Amino acid sequence: MATTTGNAEVADVTGEDGVRRRDFIEIAAVSAAGVGALATLVPLVTQMAPSADVLAESTTELDISALDVGQSIKAVFRKQPVFVRRLTPAEITAANDVDVDSLRDPQTLAERTLPGHEELLVVMGVCTHLGCVPLGAAEGENKGEFGGYFCPCHGSHYDTAARIRKGPAPKNLQVPEYSISDTTLVIG
Amino acid sequence: MSFPWAKDYQPQNPLMRFLDEKLPLPRLVYNAVGAGYPVPRNLSYFWNFGVLAGFFLVLQIVTGVVLAMHYAPNTLVAFGSVEHIMRDVNWGWLMRYTHANGASFFFIVIYIHIFRGFFYASYKPPREMIWLLGVVIFLLMMATAFMGYVLPWGQMSFWGAQVITGLFEAIPLVGPGLKTWLLGGFAPDNAALNRFFSLHYLLPFVIAGAVILHIWALHIPGSSNPTGVEVKQESDTVPFHPYYTAKDGFGLGVALIIFFAFVFFMPNMLGHPDNYIEANPLSTPAHIVPEWYFYPFYAILRAFTFDFILPAKLWGVLAMFSAILVWFFLPWLDKSPVRSGHYRPLFRKFFWFGLIPCMAVLFYCGGAPAEEPYVMISQIATAYYFLHFLVILPIVSSIERPDPLPFSITEAVLGSDDNAVLGDKAQATA
Repeated sequence: MATTTGNAEVADVTGEDGVRRRDFIEIAAVSAAGVGALATLVPLVTQMAPSADVLAESTTELDISALDVGQSIKAVFRKQPVFVRRLTPAEITAANDVDVDSLRDPQTLAERTLPGHEELLVVMGVCTHLGCVPLGAAEGENKGEFGGYFCPCHGSHYDTAARIRKGPAPKNLQVPEYSISDTTLVIG
Repeated sequence: MSFPWAKDYQPQNPLMRFLDEKLPLPRLVYNAVGAGYPVPRNLSYFWNFGVLAGFFLVLQIVTGVVLAMHYAPNTLVAFGSVEHIMRDVNWGWLMRYTHANGASFFFIVIYIHIFRGFFYASYKPPREMIWLLGVVIFLLMMATAFMGYVLPWGQMSFWGAQVITGLFEAIPLVGPGLKTWLLGGFAPDNAALNRFFSLHYLLPFVIAGAVILHIWALHIPGSSNPTGVEVKQESDTVPFHPYYTAKDGFGLGVALIIFFAFVFFMPNMLGHPDNYIEANPLSTPAHIVPEWYFYPFYAILRAFTFDFILPAKLWGVLAMFSAILVWFFLPWLDKSPVRSGHYRPLFRKFFWFGLIPCMAVLFYCGGAPAEEPYVMISQIATAYYFLHFLVILPIVSSIERPDPLPFSITEAVLGSDDNAVLGDKAQATA
């Protein structure tokens, strides 16, 4: 007859370093389970990141051939408003006349536009303070004290290059990544 | 877990005896809110608000489960499904108005409950754990209420979600990524609405769990009382049932009369008309404000308008969260040997003429537009708020000489203990 308890003494044998075989098995088993439990966190956490269809919508194409000097387009990029404006010569002059070092978020108009397209200003219509949509893109809206954009929520004033000049917002209106090919503006 | 003189549960009915052996649930109830739980005899109506908060939690869960049967968390139909509840669902208007106003009343009773704790220093040993759990419950309530307000997908819902998740953007390095992760997109949209619905359904049950721990921790030392003197003898207590079931029942009746006056006669008074306009990501309401119960913390958030080492926005976010986190440290910030504000003359003055007006001002400023003079007033009130908890309270509680305390609760209620026990005979033998 085979004895079912015959191994019990063997399991208690302690090696020269004072570690039992049972200790090794216990630590290895709990470690493997722990690693497995941690691995399950990866899908649980990343499922909350933007899904494929949300990411697929993260490019916006606009036809800007009909956009005249002094006109703006309000478009949607990543479910957020984006303002495209062909600046007037007066607005470009006003933007370039500012001492850049005096700004809260120092940037020149040239740094905020593409080379060869300095008159085309593309910015997110999302106030950098708390995310409201600033006014000034449509005709007749309040453009603020500096002739650019004005956020009605907490009174941030942006200039003609959409740079923060007055109010609580910490940064200039964000310039998204974009490229221009012929008459098409591709944002994203 | 209770006082030695607590009555023992002795079921007479054979069925109850059977149950007591197999699953002593009636015993638990008897010892928790029945005749087996001795409670200080001198509790005022300020001790009613814990029970009221529990009632409103249950009310929110019941009406919320009903609303979830008719609501659809999808940006295309969410706004419409709320109107469907209001117009088409049988009694849907009652369920929704009860749920919306129920949230407000939950916060009203919780604020009174918390400020009762401030005045009577209920957070002091041995009740620190009850207090800490209470602050956790309050934080969970704020998260739940915020996500619930997003669900109707009106203008305030959308822009509230935009502003509040925008707060996380202020965190250095990980901020923008964290915001995108929380929303599941680059702006509040379907992904955000769905997860807010899921969490809004989950969190109330987490709150219920935390409430059970809160009550469990409470039943170890038992309730504090208006004198702040611990229970010493049997004459200091009365059984919870029938004394406090009756008193709490009366208080609940009064609360319900006020509550349903709102539900039936002014159901939208505590809300914002802009939330009856469907969410429009391209148009911001002129004046974004949260629900009234977040006003004080919103005022603190907006009080920071200047960059000082860190950006102003980050200061605002840190201050807003710290305004609540500071409550966690109250048991150790208040150094007085005496609990109740009734016996702490200086502490009492700073409570009534410092903290209360400060909170009232923050309440007012949080709902006001972000312009002068409200910004400056918010800044002063915010400074006082932190000064009160971090400087005034530790100093006052250290230097103050408290008034003499009564020997016992019985003495505080009935005069000397001899009088209490012997009545007129006490005079004769004295």
